[in-house]
Amino acid sequence: MNAATAAAVGLLLATGLLFLVGGTLGLIRLPDLFSRAHASSKCDTVGAGSVLIALALLGGPAASDLKLLLLAALITVTGPTTAHVLVRSAHRRGRAAWRRPPESRP
Amino acid sequence: MSSLLWAVATAVLLLAFGCLWRANAGPTLQDRILAVNVVGTKTLVVLAVLATIAGHGFLLDVAIAYGLLNFVISLAAGRFVETGRLSSEAPP
Repeated sequence: MNAATAAAVGLLLATGLLFLVGGTLGLIRLPDLFSRAHASSKCDTVGAGSVLIALALLGGPAASDLKLLLLAALITVTGPTTAHVLVRSAHRRGRAAWRRPPESRP
Repeated sequence: MSSLLWAVATAVLLLAFGCLWRANAGPTLQDRILAVNVVGTKTLVVLAVLATIAGHGFLLDVAIAYGLLNFVISLAAGRFVETGRLSSEAPP
């Protein structure tokens, strides 16, 4: 493995972990389902996709690169779709979005 | 490079435990389904990292099946929560 590949793998792994940490923090800390889905679906999709592409660059057993890229494509499609279905179900059941309480508005 | 991958797998596993806290805390059903779906995504990443570390190609097949199951289960649960039924026909 040459230096450029190693640098790309390290950069993609660091980016992926950063996005995964952001998505998890959003899922834990944000106030309602809509904002939580907003944080976790996008950040987790990008984070997991970055880590999987880094693994595909690393190489491994036979045909693993194609399978890793297939996994990245699968996550890109399924993560936002799932979040959309859940948020739509909450919206159609009449859930109201969270608002900042009036006494804490700037 | 292997120790770096072990560190990545451990970090993602710890993040999955953080999402598990949200699945326990709720407060609504959709929150729990979303948290379980995110835990499934992180499990898929851990499986892919382990496959690269150990050189076992079959773990990637396990990861693909896991991702598809995760997707179908979340879609079915979301639809069931939204409409109260699973089929597309109107109730009698």
